[in-house]
Amino acid sequence: MTVLVALGQAVLLAVLAPYVLGLTRAVRARLEGRAGRRLGQPWRDLRKLLRKPPTSPSDASLFFVAAPPVLLATSLLVAVAAPFVATTSLAGEADLIVVVGLLLLGAVALALAGLDTGTAFGGMGASREMTIAALVEPTLLLSVFALSVRVGSTDLAAIVTAGATDPASVFTPASALAAAALAIATLAECGRVPVDNPSTHLELTMVHEAMVLEYSGRDLALVEWASALRLTILLGLLANLFAPWGVATHLTPVALAIGTAAFIAKVGGLAALLAAGEVLAAKLRLFRVPELLAGSFALALLAVLAAAVLG
Amino acid sequence: MNVVAASLSAAGGLAVAGAISAVLFGRSVRAALVGLLTAPAGAAAAVAGAAAAGGVSWSLAAPYLLPLTGVELAVDPLSGWFLLLIGAVTAVTGVYTVGYAGRQGHGPGARPSLVLLPLFAASLMLVPVAASVPTLLVGWELMAVTSLLLVLTEHRHAPAVRDAGIWYAALTQLGFVALLIGLVWLAGTAGGPSFAAIRAGARDVDAATASVVFLLGLIGFAGKAGAVPLHPWLPRAHAESPSHVSALMSAAMVKLGVYGLLRLGFDLLGGGAPWWWLLLAAVGAISALYGITQAAVARDIKRMLAFSTSENVGLILLGVGFAGMYAQAGNSTAAVLALAAALLHAANHGAFKALLFAGAGSVVRATGTRDMDRLGGLVRTMPATTVLFAGGALAAAALPPGNGFVSEWLLLQSLLHPGPDAGPMLTIAAPIAVAVVAATAGIGVATYVKAVGTGFLARPRSDRAATARESPPSMVVAMVLAGLACVALAVVPGLTIPVLSRIAGDLRLAPPGGTVAASTFALRVEAATLWPLWTVVGIVAGTAAVAVAARALGRARRRAPAWDCGGGPLTERMEYTATSFAEPLQRVFDNVLAPERDVDVTHADESRYHVAAIRFHQRIPDRVENRIYRPLVTALRSLGERVRPLANGSVHRYLGYMLVALLAVLVVGVLR
Repeated sequence: MTVLVALGQAVLLAVLAPYVLGLTRAVRARLEGRAGRRLGQPWRDLRKLLRKPPTSPSDASLFFVAAPPVLLATSLLVAVAAPFVATTSLAGEADLIVVVGLLLLGAVALALAGLDTGTAFGGMGASREMTIAALVEPTLLLSVFALSVRVGSTDLAAIVTAGATDPASVFTPASALAAAALAIATLAECGRVPVDNPSTHLELTMVHEAMVLEYSGRDLALVEWASALRLTILLGLLANLFAPWGVATHLTPVALAIGTAAFIAKVGGLAALLAAGEVLAAKLRLFRVPELLAGSFALALLAVLAAAVLG
Repeated sequence: MNVVAASLSAAGGLAVAGAISAVLFGRSVRAALVGLLTAPAGAAAAVAGAAAAGGVSWSLAAPYLLPLTGVELAVDPLSGWFLLLIGAVTAVTGVYTVGYAGRQGHGPGARPSLVLLPLFAASLMLVPVAASVPTLLVGWELMAVTSLLLVLTEHRHAPAVRDAGIWYAALTQLGFVALLIGLVWLAGTAGGPSFAAIRAGARDVDAATASVVFLLGLIGFAGKAGAVPLHPWLPRAHAESPSHVSALMSAAMVKLGVYGLLRLGFDLLGGGAPWWWLLLAAVGAISALYGITQAAVARDIKRMLAFSTSENVGLILLGVGFAGMYAQAGNSTAAVLALAAALLHAANHGAFKALLFAGAGSVVRATGTRDMDRLGGLVRTMPATTVLFAGGALAAAALPPGNGFVSEWLLLQSLLHPGPDAGPMLTIAAPIAVAVVAATAGIGVATYVKAVGTGFLARPRSDRAATARESPPSMVVAMVLAGLACVALAVVPGLTIPVLSRIAGDLRLAPPGGTVAASTFALRVEAATLWPLWTVVGIVAGTAAVAVAARALGRARRRAPAWDCGGGPLTERMEYTATSFAEPLQRVFDNVLAPERDVDVTHADESRYHVAAIRFHQRIPDRVENRIYRPLVTALRSLGERVRPLANGSVHRYLGYMLVALLAVLVVGVLR
């Protein structure tokens, strides 16, 4: 039963992810006064791309071919194990350090693929992505660590369950600091404004797009899908860590239905908020980004100290 | 005769046989013989280590072997763990030597170098089994001298090698002198040179003496481990020595510094004061951060690996330091956890660093350069080396499913549980340590992506890199062996936990009986569980499933020139190099690293608005070295100049000095 729920949760996230992307685009278009595309457009793009043959650059090796499956597989693993709809995860595999590591592994695979193409843009994107990842990873680890101090465990399911059963325990100074830090880290990790602009194709500002420039057809579909999935995963984690209401803590059909509905509503709300924020904010210059990330790191460190000292 | 004694005798015998065969045989078979005798010597030592770690005890006193003190040997689980590590690394290095030293008869294949290699391995094995202060010091000094001579193997090729030799000799002797004073003082106060006597008499040693002994030991042992600020020898010696020696030094020798600290601090001195361990943890944290920032911007592949050694040793020392603090605070669960994390990380680092240095050695042998800016494209010409190096890099970057991840997970878990009444020091130190580990892990990932991505992928950026050829089979086999050790440690780390718990019990960190729950496939800490095997299976199976499904649904892959936004044909000069890859990070850490840049712009004769040529030169100095060691060396040199008149060459005067010195010692002795 647990296995079925976990797999169902992964399928839900995989299906939902392109719609989340579509939602951010739709909200953004509406706020900018455009009609925009329909919610399901990312799915249609994926379907079209999946049917086309991929092209490998002549200098590329196995690393280029392997990166999209690795990226998608690591994202799917997180989608299976982490508590999004229900907290009964698989065999405690939803350890938050493992989750951070898995997400980073996907980013590393893509960065190596960018370098593997031998193009200037691929290298540029990889270099920038890894710089940002190097500065984001400590923040991610620290802020979730601040939350785990409260529970005494790094098991995500335990953290979310504790929040779901005692909603008042979520509102602590440490939680607020950690939420701010984690929100900035999420923006950076997903390549959103102000760290990166997902809709840019201006060479000098690209980060994520520069790495995946050489991908086409099926490979590109996998990369795009995985990116959407990572966005959904991080928004879902943010939602469930700081607003764990509605998460199914036991496996009854009603609880699961409520959990699914609550999850979709929370992620949809956060995605809309993200899009609205992107309309209002401007992208930072690349070399201002470390300042932002250092700020979020400081917030996370304060969160851990607050959690340790204030209890 | 028990298994430890038999295996250790076999290891010693094989090592000596290796040294003798290097003397006797010609260059065509010399390297193969030495390699094939050193490898089983290492394997035998590993068997002895495994048996000792499993609880087989053995001791030997040979008063006739060394004048005045004799030789005392003994094994316990702690020495067994380090013996296992050293033996395994030696075995891999032995196999590697066969192909690496080759038949050319010079460089690593020269007779002195091959004679010294098995002796160095044997001295490494002697240190953890030493059971008295003189035996330990003899082993320590043998290890220092043999490794120093091995570092100097290629001294004819580059002045940098001689420079490395001088730095290594100076710092290792400084450490030795500190150890000599500290340990002899301890033996004198505690009532005997053997460890058993010191253990028994340690209660009578007053706190001040114990602290001074610990600080002297810290200088000696942490210096050998390559901790900042005693590290300047490490990037030089690791980079300039032949790669099989680098592997032995980085994967095995520096761990003996950790062993020494554990033996001295916990076993002989019985734990000491909390501030000892806070100091050690601080040294570890600084080493970790400084090492990884330097590694991130290094373009020399072996210098990068060397600074990464500083980083990993820093993490190990951080774990040891916290084990000490937890033990003092009475939190034995966390203490055992921190010690287990440190010891497991020592083994993991041994496995992946042996692999990485072997891979770097293959690259240097094939291309003649260590400069990652001039490498690239090796994935086509050296596929086995590339894949194996990438596997080692995955482990070193502490990413799942690598083995480095497992020990960092344990370390983070130990830092998460300072306990309810840990006191203010631990409450503040533990979160800061988490931040250090997290920052180190993040920068480490960027470092190893740089190494693999710019060193091995894309197009070759020099002719030598373009014409590189795959290494001989023995070198590839050695790397595969190291890779298998990494896989084993990544998949079933739970098997080591009972041994590590026993060591913690022996060091009096916890009551007997392990406190880290573990089965073969899982590590459990409080409510958190790590399933290393399932992580590996999940990632591999998931990737394969996605790849197969995508291929089944779609059409065949095509190859075409890279698009690169529609630019013209690409050349290798347009690629990102190691320097350009690290540039953003270097900019972020500009204040820490303080790089020295020179940009020379040559203008055309016709107009100064036209540029004829631009030369860019950048060097990232070691600031700790510049700030601490340069002034020291300058001061010592000027002092030497100033006292030169005292040494005017007159023998009478020198005899007078000796008489005065003798009288002074006697007077002090009598008055006291």
